[in-house]
Amino acid sequence: TYWFLPHSTAYPDLRQHNNCMASHLTPAIYAKLCDKSTPNGYTLDQAIQTGVDNPGHPFIKTVGMVAGDEETYEVFADLLDPIIRERHNGYDCRTMTHPTDLDSSKLHSGRFDERYVLSSRVRTGRSIRGLSLPPACTRAERREVERVTVDALAGLSGDLAGKYYSLTQMTDAEQQQLIDDHFLFDKPVSPLLTCAGMARDWPDARGIWHNNEKTFLVWINEEDHTRVISMEKGGNMKRVFDRFCRGLKEVERMIQEKGWEFMWNEKLGYILTCPSNLGTGLRAGVHVNLPRLSKDPRFSKILDNLRLQKRGTGGVDTAAVGSTFDISNLDRLGQSEVQLVQTVVDGVNYLIECEKKLEKGQDIKVPAPPKGN
Amino acid sequence: MAKNCHNDYKMKFSGDEEFPDLSLHNNHMAKVLTKDIYNKLRGKSTPSGFTVDDIIQTGVDNPGHPFIMTVGCVAGDEESYEVFKDLLDPIISDRHSGYKPTDKHRTDLNFENLKGGDDLDPAYVLSSRVRTGRSIKGFTLPPHNSRGERRTIEKLSIEALATLSGEFKGKYYPLNGMTDKEQDQLINDHFLFDKPVSPLLTCAGMARDWPDARGIWHNDAKTFLVWVNEEDHLRVISMQQGGNMKEVFRRFCTGLLKIEETFKKHNHGFMWNEHLGYVLTCPSNLGTGLRGGVHVKLPKLSTHAKFEEILTRLRLQKRGTGGVDTASVGGVFDISNADRLGSSEVDQVQMVVDGVKLMVAMEKKLEKSESIDDMIPAQK
Repeated sequence: TYWFLPHSTAYPDLRQHNNCMASHLTPAIYAKLCDKSTPNGYTLDQAIQTGVDNPGHPFIKTVGMVAGDEETYEVFADLLDPIIRERHNGYDCRTMTHPTDLDSSKLHSGRFDERYVLSSRVRTGRSIRGLSLPPACTRAERREVERVTVDALAGLSGDLAGKYYSLTQMTDAEQQQLIDDHFLFDKPVSPLLTCAGMARDWPDARGIWHNNEKTFLVWINEEDHTRVISMEKGGNMKRVFDRFCRGLKEVERMIQEKGWEFMWNEKLGYILTCPSNLGTGLRAGVHVNLPRLSKDPRFSKILDNLRLQKRGTGGVDTAAVGSTFDISNLDRLGQSEVQLVQTVVDGVNYLIECEKKLEKGQDIKVPAPPKGN
Repeated sequence: MAKNCHNDYKMKFSGDEEFPDLSLHNNHMAKVLTKDIYNKLRGKSTPSGFTVDDIIQTGVDNPGHPFIMTVGCVAGDEESYEVFKDLLDPIISDRHSGYKPTDKHRTDLNFENLKGGDDLDPAYVLSSRVRTGRSIKGFTLPPHNSRGERRTIEKLSIEALATLSGEFKGKYYPLNGMTDKEQDQLINDHFLFDKPVSPLLTCAGMARDWPDARGIWHNDAKTFLVWVNEEDHLRVISMQQGGNMKEVFRRFCTGLLKIEETFKKHNHGFMWNEHLGYVLTCPSNLGTGLRGGVHVKLPKLSTHAKFEEILTRLRLQKRGTGGVDTASVGGVFDISNADRLGSSEVDQVQMVVDGVKLMVAMEKKLEKSESIDDMIPAQK
């Protein structure tokens, strides 16, 4: 029989590939890691499958691998450490520590000019320690993630009181309302996710929870165990971040009461499925109107130096509509939640100042890049 | 063994906690799988590490259609059919007209046993084709195999096909490495196969590492074609324009037997046993794995009230000219054998030949506005 052929016959063909995994998986690293598995049985071939199946794009470098469980980051550290270094600006998880700070009172100047900023949003992910992640979880584990999370959310009160809508049980009317509110998530179609096994058993144990005010939303068992989103129309990022931190801490307290905890360690911060979301897993952003600035040839450079990225208003890999952009933080790991949201606040305020200057025919300046970049 | 680790971990959870939600499903697997069967099988795995959850994943992820009954499971290796027989035997019975675990399947690749087949009217029968699949013993199947295995299968196939001569002399085109010109030519010849997009196949893991070790071989005359590492290890196709099914079948049998001979010489037989015949990835292709068919013009017969009944009685099925799950264009249908297991290759091609001959005769009658009532066949 042939299913234990030597390693050289199993090293993937990555010659046409442009992703972080392909950049760092040498034949030597492959040979060293290919026979290992995490205690739950997750293997290297499984972790890299998405990157093998999706060669990537010359302009957009995807990560090209996922974690099947918390231990993936340790067992396959020889491959993941360099990927994390590349993806997170040289962050060396063997020597550095990641700061976690969910004290939203430290945020200043978090209210934007609403003539420009249409909406504000902060999202992150959380994984339940002891249960495998979406690429590897069994149906029982996925159902347990749902149970633990829904149980905790049912304990929220006041402005956070809300309701859970299971994807398998929701009524047609509920489904339509969730679509109208732009809350409903679909079965993933992106091959980056499907090749990693994240759509298995859909829609079993998937669902959406949101508070009655529709400003705090939790996705269950999509790309991560949970995705937590705080949002509202307008420019009050301070209030969005307050609610974000408060909600997260409440949910954490609830699960701890039942003996569970989030996956976290001081080297990598919060552990999530995709290495790109390690650390804070946080993307804080606004939909902002910048008709003049967005046409200025210095726009991209300004964003870069402010450590911000632009996306279309449909989210990742969409185009901008008119001159309204989704502007958010680039970084995830190595800085705290407070620091990253402050970066977005300062950066967006700077962009608005530039837009105002251009309105008055004044010139704008490209800000200096942050120290160390 | 690393491959079994995950299943050992999964056994921590109870069968009830792991049992899939099949309440919206309409496929053979969903109809057969009970909690009892699941509990009995979930602790097992084949020697290469394939488990019952691996077998059923495609059926869990693809609930199916109220009118079209898919199989809803795949084999990961030859041993799947033995280790998981409590699940697969009833599915095989449902799919293959009551085939029993004790039944024996007859293989007959002697083309001389086919009667007729060289006189189908080319004014109606536009093209003729016979295809089957073959799995190489000792390797796991496309849902489960590793890059190393797949590459070795490709290497062995290239070596075997390179020994063919005469009418079978040909060339191999690896998917990863063909020139643009070669690719265009293969597309024009309708030979090129794509990365599977059907979720029936992708959810079963058959598109992993695409296009690594996949390719197409065909003879110089473009009448004999082999696909390597698509849905099965090998898919073998004999075809030509017109209605000479006899010739197509002769070439099919001759070519297949030559290929098998070469593999055997290198100590790699095909997966076969006297109960299931040729062992392939999908349980629907067990037995002969053979689909013999024609593209035939039946504009009047296809709109006749008894068309479906005639097909059923003749043990034939219709498809559109794009193949499975496509619609017919201009009254032209793909008509092929419905059976795979429990009858031989000769039997199945004979049914196509006889059935199509009858249907063309019916079409001609309908053209003259004559009745076909006395031609309706008995159930075969």
